[in-house]
Amino acid sequence: MAHPAHDTDHGHDAHHDHAPGFLSRWFFSTNHKDIGSLYIIFAVVAAFVGVALSMLMRLELQSPGMQFFADGQMWNVAVTAHGILMVFYVVMPALIGGFGNWFVPIMIGAPDMAFPRLNNISFWLLVPAFMLTIGSLFVGGTGTGWTLYPPLSDSQYQGGPGLDMALFGLHLAGASSILGAANFITTIFNMRAPGMTLHKMPLFVWGMLVTAFLLLLSVPVLGGAITMLITDRNFGTAFFKPEGGGDPVLFQHLFWFFGHPEVYIMILPAFGIVSHVLSTFSRKPIFGYLGMAYAMVAIGVVGFVVWAHHMFTSGISVDTRAYFMAATMIIAVPTGIKIFSWIATMWGGSLSFKTPMLFAIGFVFLFTVGGVTGVKLANAGVDVILHNTYYVIAHFHYVLSLGAVFGIYAGFYYWIGKMSGYQYPERWGQIHFWLTFIGVNLTFFPMHFLGAQGMPRRYPDYPDAFAGWNMVASVGAYISGISFLVFIYVVALTFLRKQKAEANPWGEGATTLEWQVSSPPPFHTFEELPRIR
Amino acid sequence: MRRILSIALALMLMAGTGAMAQSPPPAPTGEAIGAPVPWGIDLQDPMGPVKVAIHDFNSLVLWIIIAITVFVAILLAWVMWRYSAARNPVPSRTSHHSLLEVAWTVIPVLILLVIAIPSFRLIYYEDRARDADLTINVQGRQWYWHYAYPDNGNFAFDSYPIPENELRPGQLRNLSVDNPLVIPVGATIRVLTTGHDVIHSFFVPSLGVQKYTIPGRTMETWMRADREGTFYGQCNQICGNNHWFMPIAVRAVPRAEFDAWVAEARTKFADGGAPGWPERDRTTNVAAISNTDPSAEARR
Repeated sequence: MAHPAHDTDHGHDAHHDHAPGFLSRWFFSTNHKDIGSLYIIFAVVAAFVGVALSMLMRLELQSPGMQFFADGQMWNVAVTAHGILMVFYVVMPALIGGFGNWFVPIMIGAPDMAFPRLNNISFWLLVPAFMLTIGSLFVGGTGTGWTLYPPLSDSQYQGGPGLDMALFGLHLAGASSILGAANFITTIFNMRAPGMTLHKMPLFVWGMLVTAFLLLLSVPVLGGAITMLITDRNFGTAFFKPEGGGDPVLFQHLFWFFGHPEVYIMILPAFGIVSHVLSTFSRKPIFGYLGMAYAMVAIGVVGFVVWAHHMFTSGISVDTRAYFMAATMIIAVPTGIKIFSWIATMWGGSLSFKTPMLFAIGFVFLFTVGGVTGVKLANAGVDVILHNTYYVIAHFHYVLSLGAVFGIYAGFYYWIGKMSGYQYPERWGQIHFWLTFIGVNLTFFPMHFLGAQGMPRRYPDYPDAFAGWNMVASVGAYISGISFLVFIYVVALTFLRKQKAEANPWGEGATTLEWQVSSPPPFHTFEELPRIR
Repeated sequence: MRRILSIALALMLMAGTGAMAQSPPPAPTGEAIGAPVPWGIDLQDPMGPVKVAIHDFNSLVLWIIIAITVFVAILLAWVMWRYSAARNPVPSRTSHHSLLEVAWTVIPVLILLVIAIPSFRLIYYEDRARDADLTINVQGRQWYWHYAYPDNGNFAFDSYPIPENELRPGQLRNLSVDNPLVIPVGATIRVLTTGHDVIHSFFVPSLGVQKYTIPGRTMETWMRADREGTFYGQCNQICGNNHWFMPIAVRAVPRAEFDAWVAEARTKFADGGAPGWPERDRTTNVAAISNTDPSAEARR
């Protein structure tokens, strides 16, 4: 080891000596791994609020009648906050900011992100955004649903600063996403190690690349839409007010032009994670790598031209409905390619069922369930009676709460040893998986039935006939809530028992670059760029 | 692998034919109720031709997606059993199979075609009435419904939910209303929706009809009830505090009864609103409406 006096000469041997002090490491951080960790911590904190809200909602819906919520407005506020928190402050930060920041640079053999300071501001914009959203709950909140449709979101119907605060929060979160997206695109295009061609890039990086493009192209549209909403509310414009020549449906188009790519933004990184996990624990290379990569590209591209399938009952013409229906169904094709390629990746492999693998297999199955109900909803003819019912709630929770979140858990268990240097307790990981799997299925599967029977979403009270399945869903939700606490326990146990993680705990199946470096990786991962053959 | 593909294909074919055979025929006897049932898992029973068409198509798609899900589940279960590390210690290195990859691209396209063709037919059928017997204007308001009959003397009335403490035996909590939308059985109804304050959604599952009511727009859809009875629905687009408490009831009666009702309604609703509705406002905690809606004030 170098003597301190020679540090400048031998600095490359002593990475850890360069780690800055606590304040500058965590508050002024420019290191992609530290920022990634901050994002993950942030997502867990936000998840506490999001999960707590869903527990409150399930308590209310457990039986007919109004029990815990004072009125419908308070309910609407809770529903909206749950949606906005889970989308913008849990799933996106965990997948994109967290795992993306941590592993995109390592997987492509880059020393860090292209713009480390931009990376820092991306994270720190998210904190005030989150505070604005939480703060809005104490000044009236946002009772519009996360879709924010005017005229309900006009000042006439949602007075007070609550909605404005939430909108400013979305602006900040959006700016954070756009800056992060620019950073990822630059990093992936310019900082790949020698030999790391686009067609050798790990699928997680492919997923992040497509995600970054989706963010870059869609979030500004949301920004425009909510800016117009803010000026409609506060400065007398009438972009969305019919009495002033505006059009409420215009907002729906703008919102969903963002909102539909947004759902792929939440799932594509999870696709990447699942591919890695399945390949690692099958000890087999990914089946149909190119097909997998370009399926994600196809999903991203087609995802931009299907937005009005959220608006089949908004009065768009029948020919327009026919187009959006056809375009939407086409998305099933690349999605099918991914599902079958995942199964083919496992086919002939040598499978070991560690916790990340359980979550990944769970993902494949549950995403299939969520995917096929999506095919059904794509048909405008049936959507007429399923639109805005619990069938839709079941569908998007299967792809998000059971899809994206299973992806997050798979990634967490897969990489926690790498990120922290400590391996998770396997037995508790498995208990966490089974509790989550049972809980979420019990919660969301009955919602298909409720939706088919016509139960509308965003209802704090419902006709008595819906009571049975609502009770089942609530019991499932409590199990899911407990499973989230078990997850927190697993995290605590991981850091308390300090079981040292090896550089590569998963064996020969783990082939990507992060497994070539120590756990945790050195402060600057690659002092010398690796060469990929 | 080929064997599995053929099994999948067979499964899907079976599912398809099964669904074709099961169009539920509406039994035309007695007073029907179109409402959710306890522990129901399927769509509400169809009470009109639009919903029958939706039902047929829904069964086709449902069986296809069940077959796909079961197929994926079987593949996963087989893979987990057969290729566990204990049973298959040495993994293969296969990572390509062109035929297979073409197959799982082309076959889904074919399945989608099977779905798409009847689906297009359905949306054009649902779109609007060819020869409407009757036009009804539907307007969603915070938080009640306003119905008008332009070709029957243009009378209009409001339809309010019945609060829990005023329910009579047989009335359904959160579904029954004071003045249902009355239509003649067997008549093709053109439904025009307009907005008033915020967006609402006129949604009656058993008649297969749903349309937003958007301020500044008039939108068209249609429905027909083939049975006498009462068909319930609920507002299906978040519209504020009482979004959950503005149900819809459509009552289908024989033509003669309808004509009698029209004659009565023209005098009863001459002033355009239901008698006594301000009291209802208080009981449903929506007193704020008159502050936000000057036209409501004027109408009174």
